[in-house]
Amino acid sequence: MDKPIIETSKLNFYYGSFHALIDVNLKVGRNKITSLIGPSGCGKSTLLRIFNRMNDLIDGTTTSGSVLIEGREILGPQVDLVDLRKHVGMVFQRPNPFPLSVFENVAFGLRIRGERRKNVLEEAVCKSLSSVLLFDDLKDKLSLNALQLTLEQQQRLCIARLIAVTPDLLLMDEICSALDPMATMKIESLMLELKKQYTIVIVTHNMQQAARVSDECGFMLLGELIEFGDTKKIFTAPDDQRTDDYITGRFG
Amino acid sequence: MKRTTEWIIEKLIFISGIGSIVFVALIFFFLLKEGLSLFASVNVFSFLFGVNWYPISEPPQFGILPLILGSLLVTLGAVVIAVPLGIASALYVAEVAPKWLSEILKSGIELLAAIPSIVLGFIGIATLAPFLKNVFNLPSGLTALAGSIMLAFMAMPTIVSIIEDSINSVPRSYREGSLALGATRWQTIYRVILPAASSGILAAIMLGIGRVIGETMAVLMITGNAAILPTSILQPVRTLTATIAAEMGEAVSGSEHYFALFAIGIVLFVISFIINLVADFFMNRNKKRNKKK
Repeated sequence: MDKPIIETSKLNFYYGSFHALIDVNLKVGRNKITSLIGPSGCGKSTLLRIFNRMNDLIDGTTTSGSVLIEGREILGPQVDLVDLRKHVGMVFQRPNPFPLSVFENVAFGLRIRGERRKNVLEEAVCKSLSSVLLFDDLKDKLSLNALQLTLEQQQRLCIARLIAVTPDLLLMDEICSALDPMATMKIESLMLELKKQYTIVIVTHNMQQAARVSDECGFMLLGELIEFGDTKKIFTAPDDQRTDDYITGRFG
Repeated sequence: MKRTTEWIIEKLIFISGIGSIVFVALIFFFLLKEGLSLFASVNVFSFLFGVNWYPISEPPQFGILPLILGSLLVTLGAVVIAVPLGIASALYVAEVAPKWLSEILKSGIELLAAIPSIVLGFIGIATLAPFLKNVFNLPSGLTALAGSIMLAFMAMPTIVSIIEDSINSVPRSYREGSLALGATRWQTIYRVILPAASSGILAAIMLGIGRVIGETMAVLMITGNAAILPTSILQPVRTLTATIAAEMGEAVSGSEHYFALFAIGIVLFVISFIINLVADFFMNRNKKRNKKK
């Protein structure tokens, strides 16, 4: 394995006194899709939200251990969150485009970095929309309010919005859970397409999805990373009994 | 037995419900009847656009343009002061301040709404008017500007609490999305939260205007009460409301002067009605938009 893009060691996380992540050691490889699965409340979303420090928005949380992204420590008060989030983008469970036009949604990330040149913005918007296969549908509707798009389009737009600022890492938290099966399938094929350029970490409830799209897979239970490895192996010959029980549907 | 009680209670509630509507209708018809009587002797155009308000000279002149402009000038001034301050303090309370402080500030703002307007007017006469007089070197501090400043204080609680509500009702997901893209807190506020709350902000401004334009006691005390066409914010003016309050006692019932005051009432009614309608429109749009999300 190449040098990992994310590497956590002895990562612990608390919501108040609740121990949500327990000694998580994880290595995420470059240009791969890594999936995190597990029953509700197992800490998989919490872990994902560590990587761009979104948990900081919640009061009363404490983190210990170490998380290196591209070799740099991202925990601790000295880290520039704005800078971190420029490198580590996140797509959420429910599509959350801003109540602005399609164009402004995609241009948002560039604008907040101070980009004003119209041609640069236009080019970036076209490129980002094309890479999420939305450009042909929306090229005449760039001024449409983004909330009027279908949910699938909205979710694609949220991905395009991230891609526009070329992050190193895309975090996707259950991004298909609000979508129907057809839309889910299309988003999944988009993920496979994006893998060529980006490293993607997904959290999903849907085990089939993890099996279909991810290269490596981690199974979490009650805050612990029980097993991590090649997706095929996890789904066919897991080492741990609990992983086996979960993927065969005995609980969860 | 039970059935009779039910019946009585039902009717009582019905009467109370209908009663409030009937009273409003009665007030409205009375206002119209008295006010419109004026137009038997004065034409509408010279009433609305006449520049002289001499109700007791011989012959009397009933031009309310100076009063309308007085009201508008004072209101405009109040809005210019209250809106930026209101948006800023609502943002501070809703987004920036730590929780314990924002609770204190919220009750403080509500307390401001509880101060009777006559007390504010009194404080204005005692402190604000002399202050303005000295700063601008005026013959008297009782001016449109003094009225605007006092009214801005009165409109602030309405404006702040409605804007704060609409900022709080902006879905959390917008905030997260923006921060996750690497936006700073201020960028999130002015690029995402303010646009998303814009309907609520407009509604707050309209309701603030409604509050200001109907205010009487404080403006009567502090604007200097000169029914002349205002040319500067540093001049005394007289508003529609203050005119009614000041002259109602001396107008002979059934005289033209008396009818003219009611006609001013109609003008005020129409203005507040339109303002409320616009505010309502924005409020509903706000609600609808947030429901969608």
